[in-house]
Amino acid sequence: MSLLQLKNVSKHYQIGDITIKALNKLSFKIEPGEFVAVMGQSGSGKSTFLQIASMLAEPTTGTITLRGKNVTHYDEKDRAHLRNKEIGFVFQQFNLLAKTSALDNVALPLVYAGELELARHKKAKEMLDRVGLGDRLENAPNQLSGGQQQRVAIARALINEPSILFADEPTGNLDSKSGTEIKNLFKELHQEGKTIIMVTHEKNIGKIAERLLIIEDGKITSDTKI
Amino acid sequence: MELKSIFLTAIKALWINKTRSILTMLGVIIGVGSVVLLTSIGTGLQIYIEKQFADLGANTLFVVPGNPFGEGGGLGNQEAAFIESTKANLKRRHLDKVLRDNRDIISDGTVTGYSSGEAKYKEETKNVTLLGVTANYETVNNTKAGKGKWFSENDEERSKRIVMLGSEIATELFGQVDPVNKKIKIEGQNYRVAGVLEEKGSFGGPSYDNYIYLPLNTLFDDFNTELIDNFIFKVKDENKINEAINKIEQTLYSENLEEDEFSVFDQTQLLETINSILGVLTAGLGAIAAISLVVGGIGIMNIMLVSVSERTREIGLRKALGATPNVILIQFLFEAALLSLVGGMIGVGIAYAGSLFIQQWFPAQVTMGAVVLAFSVSTVVGLIFGAAPANRASKLSPIEALRYE
Repeated sequence: MSLLQLKNVSKHYQIGDITIKALNKLSFKIEPGEFVAVMGQSGSGKSTFLQIASMLAEPTTGTITLRGKNVTHYDEKDRAHLRNKEIGFVFQQFNLLAKTSALDNVALPLVYAGELELARHKKAKEMLDRVGLGDRLENAPNQLSGGQQQRVAIARALINEPSILFADEPTGNLDSKSGTEIKNLFKELHQEGKTIIMVTHEKNIGKIAERLLIIEDGKITSDTKI
Repeated sequence: MELKSIFLTAIKALWINKTRSILTMLGVIIGVGSVVLLTSIGTGLQIYIEKQFADLGANTLFVVPGNPFGEGGGLGNQEAAFIESTKANLKRRHLDKVLRDNRDIISDGTVTGYSSGEAKYKEETKNVTLLGVTANYETVNNTKAGKGKWFSENDEERSKRIVMLGSEIATELFGQVDPVNKKIKIEGQNYRVAGVLEEKGSFGGPSYDNYIYLPLNTLFDDFNTELIDNFIFKVKDENKINEAINKIEQTLYSENLEEDEFSVFDQTQLLETINSILGVLTAGLGAIAAISLVVGGIGIMNIMLVSVSERTREIGLRKALGATPNVILIQFLFEAALLSLVGGMIGVGIAYAGSLFIQQWFPAQVTMGAVVLAFSVSTVVGLIFGAAPANRASKLSPIEALRYE
């Protein structure tokens, strides 16, 4: 049984009279522990693929199964619970809460998981230690460098021990040095057994990922082991 | 997710935007503050008047010329009442007759008449209201002399030129000088000051402390009038007020006075009339102030809407990380309710301080009822006006929200 499976998934957007097929009968499977890199030109549908696979959006047609369970048409409340428990997000823009300490940012998903403050802070501290920011617990995002902010975001994505980590161009907003550090962090996470799907533009992603998807016109046109 | 965490999240969101939160609360602060303060003034007035009546005693009856209460019981046709009083069919002798015929039930009675004139002591001149009274006005109307002594019945009968000064007019004419046994001129005539009355207190408008009291006969003789302002009777037994009213009416009818030439009423009747007027006044003031509360509520809605668009990305992120639509809804409702609740508390605090300040000149009284009402209204206002923005926030799609710049 695959960890996550998309079968004949389409996503159509209506803009005026025109229907845009962002995804067109796309099928995809990922097994536990895989590190999949997703590439494609802008407008190819790779972002939509990421949104649908990560339960942020509902497909127009097709089915999504997570560990054999059909989760295609969950309502927004159940999706929220699912994202909270099973999915970790790392965004290009970091998306940290402003004027909020690294510790509280990392602990945010635990708030929605209903954990008590003491437990939240303990776990968040451990996770910040893990990404090498154990000495920056009380710093707000504006007191951290870009690379550090992305580390906080990764710690936040990992805090609920998700089944799959989704990363949308995590190094797109970083200088090359910080970018390399972040890539190395993902590599380590993969070696620890985490399942990762990462949208990226970097040609040399093959150094850390083990499978490369290329999406064009809403379809997977290439799926190779690297 | 537990409510406590949502609540703390809401507090934090407000704290992060301190300036905006305070400015938003300002509308509610002003709204609640003015509702509580204005109703406190109305209530204070009511309590003050009730106290004044209580000082008189529950066994007091009044007779006035004409029929100021009109058909419906309220203060009716003032103009007609004035015309009746100038016809002046109610005479001093009627008081004596009532007292003589009803000794079993009425213990005492006094009569007052009004005039006005210019009072002068040395270079100090004042226009004053002159109240002609019988000597027992002191006991019947509970008006004690603070300095000197009330004139006697004998003085009154012999139309002696003696006056009692209200405490305020005494200070205005005499300053630091002790007025007792000094001479003052009223409309050119010399009068001896027999005493100064204890302060009665008042709040704007005509005050008993500004009157000059003189024997009724002296007033009638020197000012060429026979107009009666009112009779005040003391009934022996509080429980026989209605019987006393009947007896007084019968006596006056037997003196050939018509029904609309005089009115007998006790102070409950008067108090009810005044209270109903003050009640309307208080409600009116409260209603006007409540408008500003609604404006405050709209201010909250406005800012919350701005806040929702400004925090679109934040809402998207929270949703992506597992916040359900309800959690977002509750967070924004909490924020709106908190703004109005805290605003309400500050408003009540300011109104309370304001009422203490005003009490130097005016009886203001903050009542528990007004505070509770203001609190509940402001919280409801916050929830109602916070509902639309909160609903908008909860419905945001996480993808759209995360993409929002």
